[in-house]
Amino acid sequence: MTNTRPVPKISVRGLRKSFGRKQVLDGLDIDCGSGESLVVIGGSGTGKSVLVKCILGLLHPEAGSIYIDGAETVGLPHAARERMLQKFGMLFQGSALFDSLNVWENVAFGLVQGRGMERAAARDIALAKLAAVGLGPEVSLLRTSELSGGMQKRVALARAIAAEPEIVFFDEPTTGLDPIMADVINDLIVECVREVGTTAVSITHDMVSARKIADRIAMLYQGRIVWHGPTAEIEHSGNPFVDQFIHGRADGPIKMQVRAA
Amino acid sequence: MLRFLAAVGAAFLTFVTASGRLAVFAGLALATAFTPPFYPGVMLRQMVSIGYFSLPVVGLTAVFTGMVLALQSYTGFSRFSAEGAVATVVVLSVTRELGPVISGLMVAGRVGAAIAAEIGTMRVTDQIDALTTLSTDPLRYLVLPRLLAGVITLPMLVLVADIIGVFGGYLVGVYKLGFNPQAYLNGTWQHLETIDLVSGLVKAAVFGFIVALMGCYQGYHSRGGAQGVGRATTYAVVSASILILLVDYLITAAFFSR
Repeated sequence: MTNTRPVPKISVRGLRKSFGRKQVLDGLDIDCGSGESLVVIGGSGTGKSVLVKCILGLLHPEAGSIYIDGAETVGLPHAARERMLQKFGMLFQGSALFDSLNVWENVAFGLVQGRGMERAAARDIALAKLAAVGLGPEVSLLRTSELSGGMQKRVALARAIAAEPEIVFFDEPTTGLDPIMADVINDLIVECVREVGTTAVSITHDMVSARKIADRIAMLYQGRIVWHGPTAEIEHSGNPFVDQFIHGRADGPIKMQVRAA
Repeated sequence: MLRFLAAVGAAFLTFVTASGRLAVFAGLALATAFTPPFYPGVMLRQMVSIGYFSLPVVGLTAVFTGMVLALQSYTGFSRFSAEGAVATVVVLSVTRELGPVISGLMVAGRVGAAIAAEIGTMRVTDQIDALTTLSTDPLRYLVLPRLLAGVITLPMLVLVADIIGVFGGYLVGVYKLGFNPQAYLNGTWQHLETIDLVSGLVKAAVFGFIVALMGCYQGYHSRGGAQGVGRATTYAVVSASILILLVDYLITAAFFSR
């Protein structure tokens, strides 16, 4: 009998990463299937961003493996890593828009500078992606400093999906937004991800956002995944860490950390 | 005694480690010059920023330096009746030494600080990580164009500073000290050799590299928000200024020591 289980789009095995004496990731294992929307939840400073940065190659883990489409990516040579990065898109927590460029140049940046596309063609794609996130062409020539927080998130989302990447990472996509704008961003993420069939990995501690955008939720605590399962099951996980976290209780097994990872 | 030796050893190791990191950073950035993609537009913008926008500050510094030099050398040389050497002293001092060093220090203050602040802010706001996720090598896109712009632009800037500095000396020599204009110009050209100009321009290119490198390195490795960016900016200016003075001596020794 042959094994017909599909290869996960992302597979992380035994990932370890520390900063000084602080062990942030401690033998973490997680999988994310192709076209799946996985949300990693966990308190501040538990290493959610570190996990994503390790997958993206922005941080180098001390041990463990990260497989993308079944291929090991830890220790990839520079050129191979640059090729692999073309599979990824990323929405940063603070949007990380380039303030020296206007809105459409930000959205088109990866197409022009990273993939060598002509500016005119890249501008057309940028305007289409801005329209997809609800921003008209009148916004395209504004500087990023002229935008509100919600508009900056939309522009960052347009930039993350401009090159139609296979995998998109969302780092705290709703942090700092009012509830209505947060819901707009959640809807846009769901639309953008489902429309293109992209694999999405989001990290958040906003449970409203997690329930809305996730197919599957995993909870990170003390460097390991302590629970994972379908979104519908999180209310009945039977896991004390998850219960404390999703109900926002101060009492429970989770002890808050003072320092960020 | 043992504690003292341990402290000296630790300081030495820190120095060697920092130097090694800086050398690796510079090497990795320069290595990107040999493979595409190239960003000539970014480099041209940096050349305008480093060169064109530094012209007023460098020009002003150069003209006053030339003026003061003429005045000081006149009052000094008149004690042993060697006033005739003023024009020669001004042109040699400006082209060999003061033009490149003062321009380098002014550019370190204006441009080195700006580079460190810009790249540092990009670092702490995740813009450098964003570059990487958009398939753009930050060393290739941010650092190399600034290094090349520094190396190419500073010699041009120093050439302008040399001319303005000598002109400042001429103004004081002719209109304040009463030199004959033709005699002053003769004194300026008579002892000026190609090596004087070339050594100054070589210094300028090296200083341009140092200013851009220290700005990029400190900014690239800044941590800890606004305070970290401020610290990076200070380190960039201080380290570039010290390195300029150190390297100035080494290049002078290489060109002129016998």
